[in-house]
Amino acid sequence: MRRGREVALALAILAVAAVMALGAPGFFRFENQRDLVMANMPVAIVALGMTLVILTGQIDISVGSQFAVLSVAAGVLAKSGLPTPAAAVATCLAGALAGALNGALVAYARIPSIVVTLATMVALRDGLRWVTQGAWVQDLPPGFQWFGQSQASSEALTFGAVVLLVAAFAWGLGNLAAGRAFYAAGSNPEAARLAGIDPARVVFAAFTITGALTGLAAFANAVRFSQIPSNAGLGLELQVIAAVIVGGVAVTGGQGSVAGVLEGVILLGMIGPALIFLNISAYWERAIQGAIILAAVALDHGKATRALRRADAAALENHAQRA
Amino acid sequence: MLLEAAGIRKSFAGVHALRGVSFDLRPGEVHALVGENGAGKSTLVKIIAGAQTADAGSLRVAGQLVEHYTPAMARALGVAVVYQQPALFPHLTVAENIALALESGGPSRGLWRRVDWRASDGRARELLARAGCVIDPRRLVSSLSMPEQQLVEIAKAIGARSRVLILDEPTASLGTREAESLFGVIDSLRAAGAGIVYISHRLEEIVRIADRATVLRDGQTVATLARGAFGPAELIRLMVGREISAIFPKCELPLGEVVLETRALGSRAAGIRDVSLSVRAGEILGLAGLGGSGRTEFAETLFGLTPADAGEILLGGRPVRIGSPSEAIHRHRIAYLPEDRCRHGVVLEMPITANTTLAHLEAVSRHGWLDNAAERSLTRGLVERLRVKTDSLYTPAGALSGGNQQKVALARWLGTRPAVLILDEPTQGVDVGSKSEIHALMTDLAKQGVAMIMISSDLPEIVGMSDRIAVMHRGSLAGILNRGEATQERVLSLALGAAGAA
Repeated sequence: MRRGREVALALAILAVAAVMALGAPGFFRFENQRDLVMANMPVAIVALGMTLVILTGQIDISVGSQFAVLSVAAGVLAKSGLPTPAAAVATCLAGALAGALNGALVAYARIPSIVVTLATMVALRDGLRWVTQGAWVQDLPPGFQWFGQSQASSEALTFGAVVLLVAAFAWGLGNLAAGRAFYAAGSNPEAARLAGIDPARVVFAAFTITGALTGLAAFANAVRFSQIPSNAGLGLELQVIAAVIVGGVAVTGGQGSVAGVLEGVILLGMIGPALIFLNISAYWERAIQGAIILAAVALDHGKATRALRRADAAALENHAQRA
Repeated sequence: MLLEAAGIRKSFAGVHALRGVSFDLRPGEVHALVGENGAGKSTLVKIIAGAQTADAGSLRVAGQLVEHYTPAMARALGVAVVYQQPALFPHLTVAENIALALESGGPSRGLWRRVDWRASDGRARELLARAGCVIDPRRLVSSLSMPEQQLVEIAKAIGARSRVLILDEPTASLGTREAESLFGVIDSLRAAGAGIVYISHRLEEIVRIADRATVLRDGQTVATLARGAFGPAELIRLMVGREISAIFPKCELPLGEVVLETRALGSRAAGIRDVSLSVRAGEILGLAGLGGSGRTEFAETLFGLTPADAGEILLGGRPVRIGSPSEAIHRHRIAYLPEDRCRHGVVLEMPITANTTLAHLEAVSRHGWLDNAAERSLTRGLVERLRVKTDSLYTPAGALSGGNQQKVALARWLGTRPAVLILDEPTQGVDVGSKSEIHALMTDLAKQGVAMIMISSDLPEIVGMSDRIAVMHRGSLAGILNRGEATQERVLSLALGAAGAA
């Protein structure tokens, strides 16, 4: 296994950290680091699902809208008197349902995923605006915020859960038969089909899991505040997709690792706050993130071109025998 | 002379496709080019069309010795090729397709000149009429049938005032009446002084319309015969005419019970009908036929890719329904080594280990948890048994040579311990060493009682390795030959649909 991307990202993160250590040691204060981690938590959770989706060669741009709908759903469920843990599970299930809709349209109706999720992105966001009339969910039950616990212990709990989740995905993609199926279906669906794997089912699963994780992310985010906005998750899809691509998951499917994606989330997430600490205009944040994405894609392209040449040479050899 | 090729040589990655081919074409003649699959016809056509460059030899087009030959030059010199698969733009209309082909005189004519669509409609109508068909020029190409698309290609060639027209299997998708009208068009082009290179597997057509015929075999010109000097039997003899060069490690074994049987099997989606055959334990059943005769489609039906809609499949005497590859693999223990290993066989990015275990992950996992040590040892065993040349079990399949990729694809299926193993062109594009190793392995598997169906276009291989040979022709079975009575000539005769040849 080649680990080039993971190493390169680790070095980039260390480089930014070194600049911060010299330029603005305040960046490493516990409170700041804690805020940074909590703010990027939804991105990290949803990125796990997006990794599966992009591994299978698809894309899901509806996660931001799903996030908004599911945040509101979490609040409404909690207000309806459901105990907080049950509300959390129900939110994940609702997310899975939304993801399954995307998945069914992509995998079985065979509509391109960019079209399907563009449609659900617009429909969910505007549907929510129409239903809520822009109103926020307020008067949440007392046990809702921070699960009724202290902020510190709840944050520790959420953080621990996310660490476990990331570890489970990283391990599962490498060590479960199901993980193998995502790589095979994304890399060469026809070969996967001939090996007895059903690529449509794999794609369906990727979208459904992404929906469930978006539900989880929405819930974990909602409990941090005393009220829930009806326009949450604006631009979340872009942050998530950027992190996954910077993390080295090939947009053409079949290649990538959770470790890389996690590093992508960290690197992109630390740029904005780092600029603030360095007293550089925050307007640079997007430009720098864009440059990082371009660099990552350029690296992928070089890799893909080399792989293509290999495949071409093999095909030519085949052809020579046939012609 | 419209065309004069002498001593043409061409090799791909060290494999000789053409080894000194000579061919010429006079004005006003139909010159047929015949040969088995892989004899070098397509490569020669590509060289004449400028799509590929010869390594050695000379090519004169319209009396002019050409060097640095390109497709654009070929067109300028009046060479037009109608390929088996028409190369048209499906989303444009017929008139637009014809206009694009005729009016784009390259950048010299100016990129910004306006296209006169109204004139192009009338022009297209006239050219189509000369090609002997009535097609509305405003129809989209994607709405045309395959024969209609071919006629559009011919209209393009007529419009370009081509002096050399190459037709590659033009009647493959045509019905009898359409073929007749095509022959009429060919006659009128010949009368107008054009030269036509005619490639076809249908020998009766060649005998009927060709003025001369050149036979290619293994990349060499075997003979050029004038009209009257060749009949179907003579052509077949010249096409085959080779010794079985390799000794096949065939070992005739006592056969076991019938493992797989099909009764009048058909599938409309796959284009096969009424196929009845059986394979016994330890038997290698050769499945021969030309490309497109339904061999691969039959295999795909057995494997559940295009499930059957007529007839029966019996496994161990019991009728079964095979609806998906997963059912075929896990429930019925059928394995299928597909034809195009780069596209369908191995996953190029995946390491050897993952490729090997892809179809039977349950053997190296418990409740879905992979056991890396078990995967390694299973892969190592198969890699050693098949002698895959590699430094590491974790090398991506894409980095292996063709022969070794094929061995990895085969390792995947051996790991499933199949009862029925279908091999589709198992040694195509494989080096000689790997080829004989794959043959030895097949003999080994036969000894263990595996029932095998081997699809192959390689006549010596199919005659050398099979216990019996089923030959397909246009979607159904043309005949079954026993090992004793099978010769390359008889297999080819059946595959070509020559009546009463067997």
